[in-house]
Amino acid sequence: MAGLVRRRARRQRVLRWVVVGVLSIVFLLPLFALLEFTTRGPGGKLSWDTWRLLVDWRQLSETYPVLWTGMKASFWLVLLSVALTLVLLVPTVVWVRLRLPGLRRLVEFLCLLPLTIPAIVLVVGLAPVYAWVVYFVGGSSVTLFLAYTILALPFAYRAIDTGLSAIDVRTLAEAARSLGAGWLTVMWRVVLPNIRSAVLSAAFLTVALVLGEFTIASLLSRDNLQVAINQLGKSSATISFAVSLAALVLAFVLLYLLSFVGRRRRRERSVS
Amino acid sequence: MSRRLRDLLGVVPFLVFVGIFLVVPTLVVAIGAFLDEDNRATLDNVTALADGYIVQAFVRSIVLSAVTAILGAVIGALLGYALVTAKPDSTVRRVVTSACGVLAQFGGVTLAFAFMATIGLSGFVTLFLRDSLGIDIFSGGVWLYDLPGLVLVYTYFQIPLMVIVFLPALDGIRPQWREATESLGGSTWYYWRRVAGPLLAPAFIGSTLLLFANAFSAYATAAALVSQGSPIVPLQIRSALTSEVLLGRENVGKAMALGMVVVVAVVMALYAVLQRRTSRWLD
Repeated sequence: MAGLVRRRARRQRVLRWVVVGVLSIVFLLPLFALLEFTTRGPGGKLSWDTWRLLVDWRQLSETYPVLWTGMKASFWLVLLSVALTLVLLVPTVVWVRLRLPGLRRLVEFLCLLPLTIPAIVLVVGLAPVYAWVVYFVGGSSVTLFLAYTILALPFAYRAIDTGLSAIDVRTLAEAARSLGAGWLTVMWRVVLPNIRSAVLSAAFLTVALVLGEFTIASLLSRDNLQVAINQLGKSSATISFAVSLAALVLAFVLLYLLSFVGRRRRRERSVS
Repeated sequence: MSRRLRDLLGVVPFLVFVGIFLVVPTLVVAIGAFLDEDNRATLDNVTALADGYIVQAFVRSIVLSAVTAILGAVIGALLGYALVTAKPDSTVRRVVTSACGVLAQFGGVTLAFAFMATIGLSGFVTLFLRDSLGIDIFSGGVWLYDLPGLVLVYTYFQIPLMVIVFLPALDGIRPQWREATESLGGSTWYYWRRVAGPLLAPAFIGSTLLLFANAFSAYATAAALVSQGSPIVPLQIRSALTSEVLLGRENVGKAMALGMVVVVAVVMALYAVLQRRTSRWLD
C-alpha cells in the first residue's frame, strides 16, 4: 500500500510538471510576444527605448497626452472605486448580519446581480443615468467610479462575506455593546480589525478590475487607461502594447500578494 | 417599530446606490426594449431580433461561447487537477492561480494585443514560421481578426477561469475516498468512473456553464480585435449604440441587450442549481 501511494505520488508529480509546463509555455508565449514586440528596435535589434519612455513620466505625458490622460483618470478611478466599494459594502453587510438577517438574501442577490448583467448590457442602461450624472456633477471621466463600484460588487461581496463567515460577528458585537461601545466603535475597532484580510482582498480585486475595465468607459466615451491603450494601438502600437503589458503585470503582482494574505488568515485560524 | 425603522435606515445608502446604478439601468434596458422613439409601447424592437443579421449574431455568439467553454473546461480541468496534486501553499499553485485570476478576468484589450503581437501579420510566431520554416499561417486569409481569432483568444481566457472556478470542487475530493475504493479492490479507472467522476460531474457542468456566460458577455477583447463588421452580439449592440445613421436603432440595441440578459440568466440559473448539488458532497 505504501509503495502504491509513493508510486502514485511520483506519477502525479510527473503529470503536474508536464501539464503545468506545457500550459505555461502556451500561456506565456503571447505575453512574451508582447515583450518582444515592444523591444523591437530599428534594424531588428533589441531596444529598450519604449520601456525607458514608460518610466520617464514627463516625456511620456508630452509625447502621448492621450495615454497620460487615461493613466491619470484610471489612477483616480482606482482610488475612488475602492473607497466607495468598501464604504458602501462593509457597513451594509455587517449591519445586515447583525440587525436585519431577513434582508440578507436581498443584499446578496443585488450584489451578485452584476454577474448576470454583462457590462455591455449595463452600459446601455447606464447611458441615461449618466446623462443625469453629467447634469449634476459634470462629465469628467472620474465619475465612472460610480459604475465601477457596481462592477466590483460581486467580487467584493464574496470576499467580505467569506471573511465575516469566519468570525462570530454577533457575539463580538454584543460583547462590545455590553461594554458600552457605540455602533461606530463596534464597526471600526471590533469588526474591521477582524476582517482586515477580507477587506484587503476586496480592495485588491477592485483595483485589478478597474485597471482592466474597457467596456463602460469606451461606450460612454470617457477616457481611462484601457481606452487610451486601445486608441493608441492603432497609431503607435509599441507604446500601447508596453503599457498594457505593464498593467497586466501589475494586476498579477496584486493578486499574487493577495494569495499570501489568504494564507496568513488560514494560519491564524489554525493557531486559535 | 421605530427601532426596526432605525435599523432599516442602515441599509438605505446601499439600496439607493444600487437602485440608481444597477436597478434603473436594468429597467431602462428591459422597458426600453418595448418602446419606440416616442416612448410608445411597441413590439417592433423585439420582432427586429428575428432579422437575419441579428439572429446570425446570436447564433455566432452562442457557438463561440459554447466552443470556447467546452475547450476551456476540458483543458482547465486538467490543469486544475495537476494543481491540486500540489500542496495548497506551494509556490507553483500560488503563482498559477494568481496568473489565472489576472488572465481570466482582467485581460480584455491586453489579450487582443498579445495575440496581435504573437500571430498578427508581423507577429513573433508568424514571422518565425514564415522565415524559418516557410509556413504562412495566413495563406487562407487573415483569420485572426475574425471569428476564428476570437475562438483562439477566448479559449486563452476561458482556461484560467475554469481553473479558478473548478479548483474548489477538486479540493473537496478527499484522499480517503480513493483509499476506500482501493481497499475494496477498485482500480484507478473504477475510482474515476464510479466515485470521483459522478462527484465532480455537477461541478464540471456548472463550471462549463459559467464559462459559457463569461464568453457570451465578453466585449473588450472582441472590440479590440475585430476590425470589420460586427459578427457577435456585443459588437452589434455597440454599432446600435454608436450608429447615427439609422434613427431608432438604439432601442433595437436595448432589445438585443435584453436578449443577452435572458440567455445569461438562464445559464446562471442552471449554474446555481448545479452548484447546490455540488455542495452536497464537495464543500
